[in-house]
Amino acid sequence: MAKVAMTVNGRKVSKECEGRTLLVHFLRDTLSLTGTHIGCDTSQCGACVVHMDGKAVKSCSMLAAQAAGAEILTIEGLAANGELHPVQAAFKANHGLQCGFCTPGMVMTAVDMINRYGAKLNEQTVRENLEGNICRCTGYHNIVKAILAAAEDMGAAGRQAAE
Amino acid sequence: MGVEGIGARVARKEDKRFLMGQGKYTDDMSVPGMCYAAFVRSPHAHAKIRSIDISAAADMPGVIGVLNGKQMLDDGIGNLICGWMIHSKDGSPMKMGAWRPIAHDTVRYVGDAVAVVVADTMGEARDAAEAVVVEYDVLPAVTDAVKALEAGQPQLHPEAPGNLIYDWEIGDGAATDAAIAAAAHVTEMKIVNNRLAPNPMEPRAALGIYDSAEDHYTCYTTSQNPHVARLVMSAFYNVAPENKLRVIAPDVGGGFGSKIYIYPEEIVCLWASKRTGVPVKWTSDRTEAFLTDAHGRDHVSTVKMAFDADNRVTALKVDTIANFGAYMSLFSSAVPTYLYATLLSGQYNFPAIHANVRAVYTNTVAVDAYRGAGRPEATYLLERTMETAARELGVSPAELRRINFIRSFPHQTPVIMNYDAGDYEASLEAAMKAADWAGFPARKAEAAGRGMKRGIGMSCYIEACGIAPSAAVGSLGAGVGLWESAEVRVNAVGTVEVLTGSHSHGQGHETTFAQLVADRFGVPLDSVSIVHGDTDKVQMGMGTYGSRSGAVGMSAVVKALDKVETKAKKIAAHLMEADESDIVIENGALKVAGTDKSVPWFQMALAAYTAHNLPSGMEPGLKEGAFYDPANFTFPAGCYIAEVEVDPDTGKTKIVQFVAADDFGNIINPMIVEGQVHGGIAQGIGQALLEGVHYDPETGQLLTASYMDYTMPRADDLPSFQVSHQITPCPNNPLGIKGCGEAGAIGSPPALMNAITDAIGNNDLTMPATPQKVWAAARATAN
Repeated sequence: MAKVAMTVNGRKVSKECEGRTLLVHFLRDTLSLTGTHIGCDTSQCGACVVHMDGKAVKSCSMLAAQAAGAEILTIEGLAANGELHPVQAAFKANHGLQCGFCTPGMVMTAVDMINRYGAKLNEQTVRENLEGNICRCTGYHNIVKAILAAAEDMGAAGRQAAE
Repeated sequence: MGVEGIGARVARKEDKRFLMGQGKYTDDMSVPGMCYAAFVRSPHAHAKIRSIDISAAADMPGVIGVLNGKQMLDDGIGNLICGWMIHSKDGSPMKMGAWRPIAHDTVRYVGDAVAVVVADTMGEARDAAEAVVVEYDVLPAVTDAVKALEAGQPQLHPEAPGNLIYDWEIGDGAATDAAIAAAAHVTEMKIVNNRLAPNPMEPRAALGIYDSAEDHYTCYTTSQNPHVARLVMSAFYNVAPENKLRVIAPDVGGGFGSKIYIYPEEIVCLWASKRTGVPVKWTSDRTEAFLTDAHGRDHVSTVKMAFDADNRVTALKVDTIANFGAYMSLFSSAVPTYLYATLLSGQYNFPAIHANVRAVYTNTVAVDAYRGAGRPEATYLLERTMETAARELGVSPAELRRINFIRSFPHQTPVIMNYDAGDYEASLEAAMKAADWAGFPARKAEAAGRGMKRGIGMSCYIEACGIAPSAAVGSLGAGVGLWESAEVRVNAVGTVEVLTGSHSHGQGHETTFAQLVADRFGVPLDSVSIVHGDTDKVQMGMGTYGSRSGAVGMSAVVKALDKVETKAKKIAAHLMEADESDIVIENGALKVAGTDKSVPWFQMALAAYTAHNLPSGMEPGLKEGAFYDPANFTFPAGCYIAEVEVDPDTGKTKIVQFVAADDFGNIINPMIVEGQVHGGIAQGIGQALLEGVHYDPETGQLLTASYMDYTMPRADDLPSFQVSHQITPCPNNPLGIKGCGEAGAIGSPPALMNAITDAIGNNDLTMPATPQKVWAAARATAN
């Protein structure tokens, strides 16, 4: 057992865990943050995507110990003061989710994608950048729409803020 | 329609919790003292168990127990069952081999459970499972259903000689043969429907909790039908009597059929919880899901379609071999019979049909209903054959279909079904217009200029949903009735709870069911809650599959709403000293028509519960229940068109457009219906282009047991879809609903295969049409 300390959703945590504990299990089982999901064993499905130091990572593909000292943002930490993040709101408005299981990973990936591409996102870029996230319910149609709508909203908000 | 009522494009009530990571799925559940189960599974496709040595495992850290199948047998846990009796054409009942939750004698597929370890942590349970030593006498295996019927092949079950479960037929064989003999043209094909893994993104899971003080069991499980799970676990598996067993299916992350069935793992978790005295949770990993979740499809068929000189079909003859895997899963027997052969008339007026179906055991995991269940197989067979016939006859594919469309309703097919309503021409026209079919030759020429082969294909599908009239399915062998239940509870402040036996695992029932109430009483959607998925809350229900929640589940809600409305009007009439027949409900108030007298909805509700001033003899309260048994199946239908470009150098197929024109009857929430169609199409495109389960034919090893090997459709494999609706209301249920959950997966595979074979000019192509296969087929024609 080893003690691992990190910041999760703005809160400092320090917990004992086995050395082999994956970050996703640390989040789910040790911290009870069950919004991050596990959909495969081979880092293909992306249900476990969280942000580490501002970048999307698959939390099933790294040890908790590797996140020591890092800032982790999970789906539970995305909404501020009970208000949905623009990406979450766009998924709702565009019916970008059905069973909801892939959704946390999709949303975290989408936020990262919009952070990286901003207004340059188009349908093809979104589809290519969703390659590491599998959804079985939506056929991606409305997820793509939601991400483009969110990118538009966030771009507009950014422009307003700049003006 | 109000802004939140029937037909409104309302955003989903359930979304917020999923978007905030607050969904509660089975694996998210945690209870004090909870321990973890890991299964020891057979690495062999067929073997006798010689010995199981648990000594090393039992001594490992954290291990609470290592349990085996013999102990389960000793404790009286019953065999898993198939709940639909099919009789062979010789009158004999289907041959069901014994399926133990944990094998104690023989294993019959890779992944068959042989022991289970319960330990303090998941890691410890898995470590100890690795340390269980099982000695096997390995037997020869067979994975292909056609081969399994041949003489000299490995035999799976003593109950089923020759691996034959049943040899069943439907239709008029003599009339069909006579029509084929007299035909002007006969199109013959061999049709293979590839085996698929359903792959809901949430892997299966179960948490079994035994309370020794109350002798009571609780099971959290990833189920599409928790009440059926309770019934079956109680009545057949002897886990516990129904009143001592609570089954909860909380948020469930997709099902697509694979979570209908009651699997060994939930039974084992409940039993192991009693055996070990701790709550036991098991969560499948993805490879375990590929190994043990019921697969779908896996048919091999031959078909003859006979035409007269006017290109009218005179007969259809089909012979199908269906792979059932190693054991008969819960609804497996119904899939290639009453959900498949009864749909072989398609949208067409076929005078004679005969189908013969043989169901076969093989050393593979069980095969059962997967999105569409039998109807995709029927549609693929018919629509590939219809397209091929059009090419052989030199008729346009649309024209050949038009010549043969059913145009008057009701229509009795030669294979049981009585179609109640439809307009197949309308969907065909809408699809062709949306796809700009007329402009295709120009697009093909333009693509050819770029060295690309462009093709277009259509399919006209029909399906039977809203399963199903209980007496009818009972007469066909079903072990259960397929009605649905609902209870509407109006609280004293006027808020409403609807309890339903339907189960939502992505379909959005919390929104659409609430829309029915908002529509009826004019109350805000936010004041309506939908309760489902818990046998302690909802008395009984049959669950969600076969696109039945709208046509059957909602109809039960409507029936209960009718009763609530009647009583509410009586109370309001009494309060306003008016005649009951003059009361109308508008915008959340009960009004006396033609006057300014009105009582707000909440005030009427409060009056029902204070009971200070009710009509003489009326019981206090406002709560009504209903059971709804459908009068007929419903028959969604439509036309799908795919247009593709094939790169002849690589064999890669690009879908350049995909059009769906569906008739689902009336629609409660178009946004949710479109979402269902999108998802279904993606799964259908997956079947046609990408997905296929492969077992090694010699060893029976599953070669496609992860997302590295089994190709799931990803965002960059798919286009955006053009979806439209043509509406002929279903005359047999109060809302006029037909159902929309499976259409996409049914209509899309043949449209796509017709398009690709059109592009490459070679009809000899099987699903999945991988680049390698398409490249080879394109070259075969080029040479």
